[in-house]
Amino acid sequence: MHQKRQILCITLSFALLGTAVIWNPGNYLLRPAIYLAAFLPVGLNILMKAARNILHGQVFDENFLMSVATIGAFLIGEYPEAVAVMVFYRVGELFENYAVDKSRKSIAELMDIRPDYANVRRGDEILTVSPDEVQIGEHIVVKPGEKIPLDGMVTDGNSMVDTSALTGESVPREVSAGGEVLSGVINLSGVLTIKVTKGFEESTVSRILDLVENSLSKKSRSENFITRFARYYTPAVVCTAVLLAVIPPLVAGGRAFGEWIYRALVFLVISCPCALVISVPLGFFGGIGGASRQGILVKGSNYLEALAGTEIVVFDKTGTLTKGVFDVQEIVPSGVSEAELLETAAHAESFSNHPISASLKKAYGKDIDNSRIGYVEEIPGHGVKAEVDGKTILAGNAKLMDKFGVSGRTADTDVELDGTAVHVAADGHYNGYIRIADEPKKDAKAAIKALKDAGIRQTVMLTGDASRVGAAVADRLGIDKVYSELLPADKVNIVEELFLGKSPGRKLVYAGDGINDAPVLARADIGIAMGGLGSDAAIEAADVVIMTDEPSKIADAIKISKRTLRIVKENIIFSLGVKGIVLLLAATGFASMWAGVFADVGVSVIAIMNSMRALRTDKKSKSF
Amino acid sequence: MKKTFVLEGLGCANCAAKMETAIKKLDGVRHASVSFLTTKLVIEADDDKMDRIVEASRAIVRKIEPYCVMK
Repeated sequence: MHQKRQILCITLSFALLGTAVIWNPGNYLLRPAIYLAAFLPVGLNILMKAARNILHGQVFDENFLMSVATIGAFLIGEYPEAVAVMVFYRVGELFENYAVDKSRKSIAELMDIRPDYANVRRGDEILTVSPDEVQIGEHIVVKPGEKIPLDGMVTDGNSMVDTSALTGESVPREVSAGGEVLSGVINLSGVLTIKVTKGFEESTVSRILDLVENSLSKKSRSENFITRFARYYTPAVVCTAVLLAVIPPLVAGGRAFGEWIYRALVFLVISCPCALVISVPLGFFGGIGGASRQGILVKGSNYLEALAGTEIVVFDKTGTLTKGVFDVQEIVPSGVSEAELLETAAHAESFSNHPISASLKKAYGKDIDNSRIGYVEEIPGHGVKAEVDGKTILAGNAKLMDKFGVSGRTADTDVELDGTAVHVAADGHYNGYIRIADEPKKDAKAAIKALKDAGIRQTVMLTGDASRVGAAVADRLGIDKVYSELLPADKVNIVEELFLGKSPGRKLVYAGDGINDAPVLARADIGIAMGGLGSDAAIEAADVVIMTDEPSKIADAIKISKRTLRIVKENIIFSLGVKGIVLLLAATGFASMWAGVFADVGVSVIAIMNSMRALRTDKKSKSF
Repeated sequence: MKKTFVLEGLGCANCAAKMETAIKKLDGVRHASVSFLTTKLVIEADDDKMDRIVEASRAIVRKIEPYCVMK
C-alpha cells in the first residue's frame, strides 16, 4: 500500500513536470506555481520529515539535505531541475527499498530452516504443537516431506534424509532405528519416530540460527571503517558546499552567485553515504549466509574478513584430517592369549574418552564389567594405569612402558609406522601389543592441495601420535610440517611458536575437532571446529564451525572470504570513486544535479545489487 | 546480560549506524550493534543498568527515526 502511494505521488509529479516543461509558461507567477505543484506530491513528505528531524535535533540527515538542495534550486530559479531531482531521488529511493527488501527476503529464506511445528505422541494421540513445547524424552513423529523439528534418536522407522540445509551436502543420508538425527534436516521417504534428546533452544537448528544472526554483531574492519567514514563524510561535504557557495562569489566580487550556489546544491545531493553504509554489511552478511548454506558457520563478519588473510593452517590430526575412528588391526600377545590381551586392554582403557578406548571396546564386543576395575589413572600422552582383576595394568604407548621400566617389547617403531600400538603390561610384565590404525579422511589430501592452491604458505599437523606415524600421515597428505608426540597442553605452545614465523598482518588458522582443543581454538587468529555441533566448549571457543567433517571446507571458507572481500572492495571503490568524480565535476561546474542524483541513489542500488552476489556461493564454490 | 530487539520500520542504513553509535555511548553498555539487514538491535549491558539503558535506547531510536519502533 505504502509503496503504491509513493508510485502514485511520483507519477503525479512526473506528469505535472512534463506539462510544465511542454507548456513552459512565461508568467513570473504562473511558472513557479506550476513547478511548485509538481514538486509538492514528491517533496512535501521529505520536507516534513526534515522539519520533524530538526525538531528532534537531527540536522544532517538525507531528508534535510535534499530539502535544502531542492529549495535552493527553486530560489535560484532552476525550477525544472528542482522538481526533477526530487522525482528521481524518490524513484531511486523506491529502487533502493526494493533492493533492500529483496536482500532481506533472501536472508530470511536462508534462515528458513526453522521448523514450524512438531507432531508429538502423547498417550494414544499425536498432537501438532510448537517445537518449543516438546519435552526431552518425548516421542515425535516425522512424516515424509516434513522437517525434523528437534534433535533426537530414531526409535522406529527407516528413511532417507536431506541434510543439505545444514551441511550443503546434496546426497541424502540414510537413517534407521538407533541413529541420531539433527533438527533442520528434511525427512524424504519413510515415517520416523524420534525420541527427543534436546530441547528446542539447544537443538541444532536453533543454535545455527543463533550463530548466524549474532554474527552480524561482530563487525569487520571494513564495516567499522565505513561507519567512521560516514560520520565525517556528510559534514565534510556539507561544509565544502557552504564554502563553495560563499567564497568564490566573494572573491569574484559578487558575480555568478547563482552558478556557485547551484554547484553547492549538487554537493548536498551527493552528501549521503548510504550506498556504502548498506552495501558493505550486506556483502558480509551475504558471504556469511552463503557459507552457512555450505555447512560453514562463521561467527562474525570480522572472522570472514580475516579468513582471506590466512597464511598458516594448523590441523589437529585425529578427527580432523583422519576419521578419528580407530580399528584394531592386529593383536600380538606375549605369554597370554589374544582374547586375554584384548580383554585386559579394553577394561584398562574403558574409562578413557580417547578414541583408542572406543575401538578396543568395539573389538572386545562384550560388555565391560566395571566391578573388575579398581582405580584408574590417566597419564596424558602416555596411556593409562589401572587396576583390573587385582593386577596393575599399564596400557599405552612405548613411552609408558619405558616410564615404568617394563621391558620385553616385541614390537617397536616398525608397528607404529602404520597406526598406533597399545602396549599392555600386567604387574610389570609385558603382555604384548594391539595395533590400532586410523585412516585419513577421503578428502584430506584434496583439502591440503586446495589450501595450497588458495595461496596458503604453510600447513602444519599436530598429533599426540608417535613421530613416525605423524610423519607417515603428513607425507601421504602433503603437509609441510608435523609436530608429534604432543601432550594436549603442548598444542598452545606450538601455536605460539608458529605465530613467530607468521608475516605481519597475515593470519593463523587452527582446525580441530574440539576434543581438548578449546584453548588452542581460542588462541589462534581463527579457530575452526570441525564435525558439526558436537562439543559445546569447541563451539564456544571456535570462530568458525564446520558442520560436516570434511577438512576441504576450510579451503572453501577461505575462498568465500576472498570473494566476499573482493565484492566489498569493489563497492567501496565504486561508490567512493563515483561520488568523488561527481563532486569534482560539480565543483568545477561540469556536473548537473542529475549526476548528483545518480551518484547518490543510483550508486546505492548498483552497490546493493553487487553485494547480493556474495550470497550466491552454491555453484561458484565448487568451481572457483 | 544480552537483549535483542527488532526495530520495526528501520528504513535508513545511515540511521542504523547512528543509533548504534549513540547506544554504545550509554553508560553501562558493554556492546551494542544495530543490523540494518536483519533489523535487529543487540544490547549487552550490566544487569542492574539494563532497564534504564533500554529506555534510553528507545528514546534514541525514536529521535533518529520517528517511524521506527523498538520491540
